[in-house]
Amino acid sequence: MQDQIQKTVENRISESASLRFADSLIRRIWFWLPISLFLAVFFFYPLARILWLGLNPAAPLKLAPASLLVSRDAVFFTFYQASLSTLLTLAVGLPAAFLFARFDFHGKVFLRLLTAIPFMLPTVVVAAGFNAFLGPRGWVNLGLMNLFHLSTAPIPFVGTLGAILMAHVFYNTTIVIRLVGNALAHLDPRLEQAARTLGADSPQVLRRLLLPLLRPSILAAALLVFIFDFTSFGVILLLGGPAFSTLEVVIYLQAIQFFNLPLAALLSLFQLLCTLTFSVLYSRVVIRMAVTSAPRSAESNLRRPRARSEKLFVAVSCLFCFLFFVFPLLSLPMRSVTRLEADRGERAGVHYGLTIDYYRELFINRRETVFYVPPFAAIGNSLVYAAVTVILSLALGFPAASALARPGRLERLIDPLLMLPLGASAVTLGLGFIVTFNRPPLALLASPVLVPLAHTLIALPFVIRSLQPALASIPDRLRQAAASLGASPLHVWAAVDWPIVARATLGAAVFAFTVSLGEFGATSLVVRPEYPTLPIAIARFLSQPGGLNYGQAMAMATILMVVCGAGILSIEKLRLPGAGEF
Amino acid sequence: MKRILPLLLLAALLAACAPQGPVTLTVMTHDSFAASDTVIQAFEKANNVKVAFLKSGDAGAELNKAILTKDAPLADVMYGTDNTFLSRALDAGILQPYASPLLAKIPAEFKLDPQDRLLPVDYGDVCINYDKAYFSSHNLAVPATLEDLFKPEYKGLLVVENPATSSTGLTFLLATVKHFGSPDYIGYWKNLRQNGLVVVDGWETAYYTNFSGSSGHGPQPMVVSYASSPAAEVVGASTPLTESPIGTILGPDTCFRQIEFVGVLQGSKHLALAQKFVDFMLDKQFQEDMPLQMYVYPVNPEAVLPDAFVKYAQIPTQPARLSPADIAAGRDQWIADWTAAVLH
Repeated sequence: MQDQIQKTVENRISESASLRFADSLIRRIWFWLPISLFLAVFFFYPLARILWLGLNPAAPLKLAPASLLVSRDAVFFTFYQASLSTLLTLAVGLPAAFLFARFDFHGKVFLRLLTAIPFMLPTVVVAAGFNAFLGPRGWVNLGLMNLFHLSTAPIPFVGTLGAILMAHVFYNTTIVIRLVGNALAHLDPRLEQAARTLGADSPQVLRRLLLPLLRPSILAAALLVFIFDFTSFGVILLLGGPAFSTLEVVIYLQAIQFFNLPLAALLSLFQLLCTLTFSVLYSRVVIRMAVTSAPRSAESNLRRPRARSEKLFVAVSCLFCFLFFVFPLLSLPMRSVTRLEADRGERAGVHYGLTIDYYRELFINRRETVFYVPPFAAIGNSLVYAAVTVILSLALGFPAASALARPGRLERLIDPLLMLPLGASAVTLGLGFIVTFNRPPLALLASPVLVPLAHTLIALPFVIRSLQPALASIPDRLRQAAASLGASPLHVWAAVDWPIVARATLGAAVFAFTVSLGEFGATSLVVRPEYPTLPIAIARFLSQPGGLNYGQAMAMATILMVVCGAGILSIEKLRLPGAGEF
Repeated sequence: MKRILPLLLLAALLAACAPQGPVTLTVMTHDSFAASDTVIQAFEKANNVKVAFLKSGDAGAELNKAILTKDAPLADVMYGTDNTFLSRALDAGILQPYASPLLAKIPAEFKLDPQDRLLPVDYGDVCINYDKAYFSSHNLAVPATLEDLFKPEYKGLLVVENPATSSTGLTFLLATVKHFGSPDYIGYWKNLRQNGLVVVDGWETAYYTNFSGSSGHGPQPMVVSYASSPAAEVVGASTPLTESPIGTILGPDTCFRQIEFVGVLQGSKHLALAQKFVDFMLDKQFQEDMPLQMYVYPVNPEAVLPDAFVKYAQIPTQPARLSPADIAAGRDQWIADWTAAVLH
C-alpha cells in the first residue's frame, strides 16, 4: 500500500516534470521558429547551394601549389591582423566605454554619436577620409613637410599594416562602447559601494568586481569585433594595398578573377568553420559566466568627474576620441565644400575655394543618365531599407534572445550558429543568392526585398548580442514576485521585463539601423538599379573621372553621415511607452 | 511583428509572379554602364517594352554570375564582356549567335567572334595618363615609351592597379606582355618595381587618391587609366576648362585596346526583343550617346563624336593587341607571375 502510494506520487511527479519539459520545449520551439526559418531560407540554403556547386565531385579541384601557398599565407595573416585589431579595439574601446557609462560632461551625446558613425561609412569613403588626413598629401604629412622643409611625406600610412589596424579600430570601437558600456551603465552601484566600504581601492574594484561582472559583454564585443576583422575585405584592399591579403580577399580573387569556384568554396568553408569554432568557444565560456544582478538605471551610475584623476581621465579620453574619430571624419564634409581646381588647365599650384556647387549639382541630372539618383530618393530608399531591417531584425531577434537568456540544451546548440552570417564570405554568399533566387518560387532577384533581407542577416547577430545580456540580467525573483501578486504572464512581461530591456532594444535598433545604412558589399550584389542606397550612389560618383564627380561623392558621403547621425539620435531619444530609465 | 515576414515574402512572390503591362526586357550590365534616359525611352516607346538593367558588379563578376545561372538566366541580353574575358564567355556556351544586320557597318578589327555570339559595341584604350602641371613645373620630359618608365628621373612617379583585382590593371599588364613577350615582361616589371612603382587595388584609388592630376591631388603624376580620361576631366570639371590638365602617353604598345561586347543569352524568353536591343546598341543613336556616358568610343563609324572627345582625347595609333585565345590561355599564369615578381 505504502509502496503503491509512493509509486503513484513518483509517477505523477515525473509525468508533470516531463510535461513541463515538453511544454517548455514546445514554447522554445516557437521562440526559435521565425529566426530558424529565416536563416534556413536566406542563409543556409543559398550557402549550401553555392558550396555544393563548388565542391561537387564532378568539378575537379584546381589546387596549384602556388595558390595553396598564397592561401596559407592569407590564413596566417588573417589570424594575425584580426587578433591585433581586436586587442587594439578593446584597448581603445574599454576606456571609452567607461567614460561614456560613468561620467557626465558637456558634449557627451555628440562625442558618443561620432564614435558610432564610422561603423556605417562605406570603406571607399573611410579610405578617402584617412587619406585626406594621414595620406601622402594629407594634412599631417603636408604640415610636417612644411614645418621641417621635407621633400617627401615623413609618415608612411597607406599600404602599411598600421593603416589596416587603425581603420579596423576606427570602424569597430563603437561595438565595444555599446555592448560593454551598456552593461557597465546598468551595474548595481551598491556592489561597488560595498566593495569600497570593505576597503577595496580603485584597481581592486576594477580587477575583482568590474572585470568579472563585465566579462560576458567584453567577450561578446571581442567576438563580434574579431569576426568582423577576420572577414575584412575593403579595408585590406583600399588601405592595406595589394601586398596584404586576407582569406576573404583570396576567396574573392579565386571566385571572381580566376573563376576557380572549387578553391573559393573550400576556403569559404574553412572561413565558416573558423567562425563556428570562435562562436562555440565563446558560448561555452559565456554560459558558464552568466551573472544576474539587480539592474539599475543608467543615470544612477552617472556623475560629473570630481577627483583630479577623474577629471584627467575624462579630459584625456575626450581628446583622444576627438582626434581619432573626428579628424578623419571631418575631412569629408570639408572636402565636399572645397574646390581644388585652378581656372585653366595648368595647375601649377592647388587653389582652394569654398563652394556649394557639389551639393547643387546633386539635384541636377546633368548627363541625363538613366541611372541618375536624386539625393532625396537615395536618402528615402536608404531609410526605408533601414526601417524594414530594424523591424525585421527585432521581430526575429527578440524571441531568439529571450530563449538564449535562459539557455537550455537546444540554445547551447543553436547559439553559435547565429554568428555564422557574420563569418560567411560575402562574395560566396552573394553568388549563392544569385543561384538560389533566380527562379520561382523564390525569384527574388527581380524585387527590392532582397536588400533589407540581406541587411537583416548581418544585423541579427548584433541585435541578439545586445538584447541577450539585458534579458539575462533580469532576476527571476522579480518575475516570481510579480506573478505571486497575481499578474498574468503578459502583465509580468510588461511590468518587469520590458522596462529593463527597453533601452537595450533601442541599442539593438541603432545597430540594425547603422548596419543597414552603411552596408555596401551585399547591397551592391543584390540591389535593383532603380532603388539605389546612399553608399551605392557614392560608389557611382567615384567610378568616373572629373572633379565634379569626386566633389559630389564627398557631398553624398556627408549627407550619409548626417542622415545616420540624425537617425541614431532620434532612435536613442525615443521614449518607449512603459519603459523605465534603464 | 512576426507576421511581417510572411507578408513581405508573400508580397515579394506576388510582385515576382504577377503579370505586368508591357513586357520587361532585362539587360545584364557591369557597374560602369550608363546611358541617357531619353535614348533608352526611345527604344522602350518604339517597341512597347520596359527595359530593366541588372547591374552585376565588375565585368568579371557579371560574367561569372551569367555562367552560374545558365539554366535559369537572369537576363535576356548581356553587355560588358571585354576581349580579356571573351573566351571564358564563349567557352561557357551561355550566348546564342545573332548576325545583326548592323554588323556590316562595323570594321572587321572589332569583330572577334566569327559566330557572332558576342558583338562589339565600344572600345577604349588603357593608357598612362600624366599630370601636365607636374611635368612642366619640374622641367621634366614626359616619358615616350614603356622602356622610359624605369629611368631614374621617373622614380616613384607611376601608380598602377593590381591586375588581380582590377581590369584596368590587367589590361595594362597585357600591353607589357605583348610588347616584351613572355617571360621577358617579368623582367620589365622587376625594373619598374626597383624604380619605385606604386601598386594599388583598383582604378578609383589609383586615379582619385594617388594621381596628382585629378581631384585627389595625390603624390604620383602618372597613372594607368584611359585615353579618354583627359576629355573626361574637361567634361567633368567643376569649373569650365579650356585645356585638359592631364595628357596621355602615346608610344608603341603603351596602350592596350579594350573592346566591349553585347550578346543574347541562351534561354532568353524574349528573343526577338533581345535581338532588337542588340541592333539598338549598335545603331547611331546609342553609339553617339555612349562617349559622354561611359567615356568609350563607338565601334560604328557613322556615330559622330562629341566635341570634347575630338578636342581633348587622343586615339593611340599603335595600341597593343593580343588575341582572346592567347589571353585566355595566359592570363592566370601572367597574374600569378606578376604577383610573385611585383608584390612578394
